[in-house]
Amino acid sequence: MNGEMSGANASPIGRSDQKMTRKKPGEFHVVNHSVPRQDGVAKVTGRAVFTSDIHLEGMAHAKLLRSPFAHAHILSIDTLKALRQPGVIAVLSGNDLQGIDPYYGHAVKDHPLLAIGKVRFLGEPVAAVVAEDERSAYEALESVHVEYEELPVVLDADSALADGAPLVHETAYRGGGFRGFDDPSSPKPSNICQGIHLEWGDTGAAFPQAAHTIEGEFFFPMAYAYAMEAYVSIADYNDSGLTVYSSAQHPFIVRNDLCKVFGLALNRVRLIVPFIGGGYGSKSYTKIEPLTAACSWKARRPVKLQLSIEEAMLTTRNDDARVRIRTGVDREGRLLALEATIHLNTGAYAENSPLVAKRAANRIIGPYRIPNVKVDCYAVYTNTVPASSFRGFGATQVTFPRESQIDELAERLGCNPVELRQKNLALRGESIHPGLRPLDADVPGDLSMVVEALMDRPLPKDHGRGVGCSASDAGSDPVSSAVVQVYGDGSVSVLTGSTEIGQGSHTVMQQIAAEEMGVAIEKVRVVGSDTAISPFDRSTGASRTTTLMGRAVLEACQEAIAQLRNMAGEVLKTKPENLIIERGGVRFQDQHVRWQDVLRDFFGLSDCSIIGRAYLRKTGDLDLLPVFWEIGCTGVEVAVDTETGRLRLDRLVAVGDVGLAINPAMAEGQDLGAATMGLGVGLSEELVYEGQQLVNGNLLDYRVPRFSDLAPKIDLLLVQNQDGTGPYGAKGGGEGSLNPTPACLANALCSATGARVRRLPLTPERVWQALKERTHKEKNIGR
Amino acid sequence: MKLEFVLDGKLVQLDLEPQETLAEVLRNRCHRTGLKVSCEVQVCGACTALVDDLPVSACTYLAYEARGRRVTTIEGIGDGERLHPIQKAFLDEFAFQCGFCTPGMILAAKALLHENDAPTDAEVVNYMDGNLCRCTGYLPILRAIRRAAALMRDRERERP
Repeated sequence: MNGEMSGANASPIGRSDQKMTRKKPGEFHVVNHSVPRQDGVAKVTGRAVFTSDIHLEGMAHAKLLRSPFAHAHILSIDTLKALRQPGVIAVLSGNDLQGIDPYYGHAVKDHPLLAIGKVRFLGEPVAAVVAEDERSAYEALESVHVEYEELPVVLDADSALADGAPLVHETAYRGGGFRGFDDPSSPKPSNICQGIHLEWGDTGAAFPQAAHTIEGEFFFPMAYAYAMEAYVSIADYNDSGLTVYSSAQHPFIVRNDLCKVFGLALNRVRLIVPFIGGGYGSKSYTKIEPLTAACSWKARRPVKLQLSIEEAMLTTRNDDARVRIRTGVDREGRLLALEATIHLNTGAYAENSPLVAKRAANRIIGPYRIPNVKVDCYAVYTNTVPASSFRGFGATQVTFPRESQIDELAERLGCNPVELRQKNLALRGESIHPGLRPLDADVPGDLSMVVEALMDRPLPKDHGRGVGCSASDAGSDPVSSAVVQVYGDGSVSVLTGSTEIGQGSHTVMQQIAAEEMGVAIEKVRVVGSDTAISPFDRSTGASRTTTLMGRAVLEACQEAIAQLRNMAGEVLKTKPENLIIERGGVRFQDQHVRWQDVLRDFFGLSDCSIIGRAYLRKTGDLDLLPVFWEIGCTGVEVAVDTETGRLRLDRLVAVGDVGLAINPAMAEGQDLGAATMGLGVGLSEELVYEGQQLVNGNLLDYRVPRFSDLAPKIDLLLVQNQDGTGPYGAKGGGEGSLNPTPACLANALCSATGARVRRLPLTPERVWQALKERTHKEKNIGR
Repeated sequence: MKLEFVLDGKLVQLDLEPQETLAEVLRNRCHRTGLKVSCEVQVCGACTALVDDLPVSACTYLAYEARGRRVTTIEGIGDGERLHPIQKAFLDEFAFQCGFCTPGMILAAKALLHENDAPTDAEVVNYMDGNLCRCTGYLPILRAIRRAAALMRDRERERP
């Protein structure tokens, strides 16, 4: 690292929209270094406070009664007996919500905070008991008497779309005011929650020109994110408004939903987000906060609602998907056309599935140039647990089919699957999706790195290798803001609405502020996620935080520096233009004047501060969406036990194409974490329904990756081309390496054994079955 | 009923209900909120506490079973302001993200290194298989335990 480098000396990188000089790797003081996490000591000592650790004075506890049926009318609910149980303060059912708007939902306002009139999935909350302690609340649940009349159910997308299928929702709902989904209601009631159509070129004309066309049907499993901290929130509804502590990724969106439920102004609802014990998308958007708040509203006491993991599994899952896909190539191996129909099993309520559908349609294209495309994607209501965001959503479901099919095409063409990809991968600056930002990454370069690291030895017997690529329109809506306070003692605070969910956002913001303000990293404090204090941020998801919040922090620092320079001019009795900005202060006549000295002299006090601020919105270079393309590029080597069908991961290579790693160790950590989740859905994770009942809704039966699944050799490679819209050319990460990993496993299995499996996860049973069928086929061909 | 045990080096006496688990007692009665509860079925290891130096899943371990024993929580390791070598190694190796599994991980690692001060990678993986982490993909934790083992052996050697 070059300790003397300053911004003024760094070579400028041309950007049309703004003049700036940009430092390169090797020129940074704090950024681009693996500094220790700012939350590290708190987390290794057990002192980090999570929502479940918070106790408010006078706090009561709520427990939920859940529906035993997937679809039923509620004929009556009797709560009187429960109310008489010891310690019980209040009991709520769907009949007790007069005075508030009990429906919420950012995309579609279809979700009652307790079932009203009917239940739509097994496990739906029907009543809440608020009591002095958890045990009393729990024990009183059995005194709530509910009479149901069962209704016919629809449990998968096919039966939900059949003629005469029972309707999950009979009425159309209002939109949730979410940008892009202003009018979600379909003209006639059906189980289609959202339909997305995407088309360019002419697939009808293109397919007959194809030398090879492959058609297939793929299944992506229903999966559970398993954030180790289950959903928990504490609400305090009182005369001054509503304060909620919650393990929520998107506090501002939750605030907005709560304002609408209770008819309160934005400044009367305060969301405070302590450390979050994992989310992976499952804690995005509103979950149990409206119900917790209603309990407090009814009980007039602070109320904590802590779900168990088994209840969390009845709260949110991903959208499982069936994808019918057809791709065609010409004789030279150029992709000509792609057609797909995607059915997402969205469950009982829309949650974020309308956006999942939109993303799935966009993300099935991948980082390829495909001249003719036709995609239809449907999010379909069923009587199952509501589906919503799960890390990489949309991309996970569709990357597996597309990347499997590219390998199938390569086999048909008799060429190497890597070569076929290299031939079709778009280059930086090329358009992969008309109307969206041109590709801002070097994907062919990424793939070459993966292949070089993967092919490091001759392949042993019963081993196979597979690679995969993906491109996700990431970053969501580019609305973020930040406030930076610069103090007279040389310290700095960053106020951010981004939530620290483990991804390290607070450390990243700390590094950026230290870099820009020219102070030691210990001098910077990041104050997070309290909507009464933090300026607005759209959300913490879609890999957007480093890119958008990071840029907001950088710009807020620059704005503070512009003010400080003017103040320095006044203090030093010169024109600001005569002052050269350098690290941590200004230079004036061979003298370095520190920012803190400027502040002290300007105000005449040493404990004062100034505020720098920045607002990002969809304008300038952020007008064109996506904010950036998040690239996934991974490779695996697996060993196949042909007797048992068990796959073992022997090699994992992941590339994080992150523009610039603000903290390289944390960027690598995101990649390995994401790839490991890909390993989970690739090999073992699947929520299984038998009839109306989720039968493996606990951690004994739902198997997530463990220590013993660790690959013996792992290569995590970072690509730092500074080609993103974020600070110093950074782009987000954390989802990319999940998306292609299941396809890599399926491709590796096929390369090892010739068995092509189109349904995840690749459980030993499923692989063994496929190997047996393959042997049958070979025998039949032999005859 | 009455319960007496040594918690992080100090004698504790309290009244409790017979059905209370060690996790409930530690979190609700002893201010040991560093102990986290997740799966509640002895699968994830987040609630790991040490009872007489051996790891137990406090979510399903009746508090009464701890009578007369030594219980160690994350709050009880390290000495005051100085981090324990395992805590330091977790910090240096970025062996956590959200941090929810971390107290249990560190305590399980402590029990492992108490039994075996120079474990092989295979031994670490085998011992730690009952502690789940959903963020890191485990490799940074393996590195942290390797580093902690080396740190602790060095420290042992330097002792007068």
